[in-house]
Amino acid sequence: MTLAKRIIPCLDVDHGKVVKGINFLQLKCAGDPVEMAKRYSDEGADELVFLDITASHEKRDITQQYVEGVAKTINIPFTVGGGIRNVADARNVLCSGADKVSVNTAAVERPQVITELSDVFGQQCIVVAIDAKRNLYPSEGKITVQTSEGPVWFEVITYGGRKTTGIDAVAWALQAEKLGAGEFLVTSMDKDGTENGFDVELTRAISEHVPIPVIASGGAGLPQHFVDVFTAGKADAALAASVFHYNKYPLQMVKNYLRKTGVTIRQ
Amino acid sequence: MTKAVIFDYGVGNLLSLKCALEKAGVNVSIGTSWQDLSEADAMILPGVGSFTPAVKKLECVREVIHAKVAEGVPLLGICLGLQLFFEESAEGSGVGLGFFKGKVIRLQGDLKIPHVGWNTISFANSCELFDGIADSAYVYFVHSFYSVPTDEGVVCTKTTYGTTFASAVADKNVFGLQFHPEKSGDIGLQILRNFAIMVTR
Repeated sequence: MTLAKRIIPCLDVDHGKVVKGINFLQLKCAGDPVEMAKRYSDEGADELVFLDITASHEKRDITQQYVEGVAKTINIPFTVGGGIRNVADARNVLCSGADKVSVNTAAVERPQVITELSDVFGQQCIVVAIDAKRNLYPSEGKITVQTSEGPVWFEVITYGGRKTTGIDAVAWALQAEKLGAGEFLVTSMDKDGTENGFDVELTRAISEHVPIPVIASGGAGLPQHFVDVFTAGKADAALAASVFHYNKYPLQMVKNYLRKTGVTIRQ
Repeated sequence: MTKAVIFDYGVGNLLSLKCALEKAGVNVSIGTSWQDLSEADAMILPGVGSFTPAVKKLECVREVIHAKVAEGVPLLGICLGLQLFFEESAEGSGVGLGFFKGKVIRLQGDLKIPHVGWNTISFANSCELFDGIADSAYVYFVHSFYSVPTDEGVVCTKTTYGTTFASAVADKNVFGLQFHPEKSGDIGLQILRNFAIMVTR
C-alpha cells in the first residue's frame, strides 16, 4: 500500500455562510459551513478547504466562529485561506482549530511572509496557493512547457484572477518551497469554472519541479478528470467545488471510479 | 471522574485533539505545568511543534511524566509526541524522554516530503489501542521524521512511504502514534475510544 491521493471539496465562505452550491443539500440551515463540512466528511472527503472571501472589518470574529465550529465537528484536516496576510491572520484561523492556512496574493507581494508563517507554525501548516494562467507568448527566462497548444509558460495571477504579474509560476513555486511552503494549491485560471478538466500540464510542470505535495484545482467536471490529473498530472491531491456541491458526481462515485482505474484512494 | 491532560508545548492548535478525545469519551483538559500533570489519570503529548523547543518545554515536567508512567498512568504521544519518547532526534538537539531505545531520522529518497495524507497501517505486534480496527486501515499522516525503535517488539503497526517505518509503538502503558488519530476520521476515533477505555480502567 502507499499514500492515497486526496479528494478535497472546496467551500467558498462569505460572512460565515457558504456561498456556492447550497441548492442540493437538504440541510436545516443551508449554507452553514459546519453542516456542509460534516456532510462532506461523512461522504468520505479526505480533507476540506475553506476559501473565506469575507470583506469586513469584523472578518476576524466571523471567521473564528465557524472555524471553531468546524474543528469541533469534523475530524479530518481542513485548510482556511482567503485574505491571510501575516502571522496574526494565520494565528486567528489556526488557533480557532484549522490545520493549515493558505496564502496567495500576500505571498506573491511579500514572499518573506511564507518564512514568517513557517517559522511560527511549521512548514506542514503552510499551503501556498498559486493561481496561474497560460501565456502563449514566449518570454526570456521563463520555464517553457510543450503543450497541445504549443509552447507556453505559466504566469502567476493575483487578486482572485484580476492581476497579471509577469512571474513564472514554476519559478515562483521553487522559490516558495525554499522559503518554507509545505504544500501548493495550484489553480488554473484558464480551466477554473469550465468543468472541462484540470490543467494537467500546469499541474505536472509544478509537481515535477518541487519536492512537496501539489493540490490541483480548477476545471473538475467528470470523474475521469481526476484520473487524468493524478496520473498524467502527477498531482498529490485534487480540489473541486461545483462538481460536488451540485451533486453531479457525488464524492463516493468519484472515489469509486478512481479506485476502479487503479488510483490509490482511501476507502 | 478520571481526567486526561494534554501537555501544551505552547505552539499551535490543540482544539481538534481535545474535541476528538472528548468525542471518544475522555474527560480532558490542556495543561502546561508540573501540577497539571501530577493530577492526571492519563497524559497526552500532542503532535504540533518541533523537537528542540518541545524538549525545552518538557524539561520542567520530565520527572513527573516518568513518575506517573512508573505508576501505570497511560501516556499517549502523537506524531512529535511519539518522537519525544526516544532519546534523540535528527530534527534537532536535546534529550527526549527515553521510553524507547532507538533513533528518530528524516524521511529520505525520491519522495514528496513531508509525508502528508492518508496512508495505511499494517499490524505488527498486537496492541489494544487497535482493537476493532481492520488491518490496512487508512489514517492521516503529516511528518518529515520517523522513529526507528531498536526493539522490534514495541512496533504495533508499520506504514510504507518510500521506506517501511513504525507508525505505532507501545510498551506497557506508553503508546506512540506517528499519525494523527484526531484527524483520521472514524478509524482515529476508534483508536481514541480504545485509549479512553484504558484511561477509565
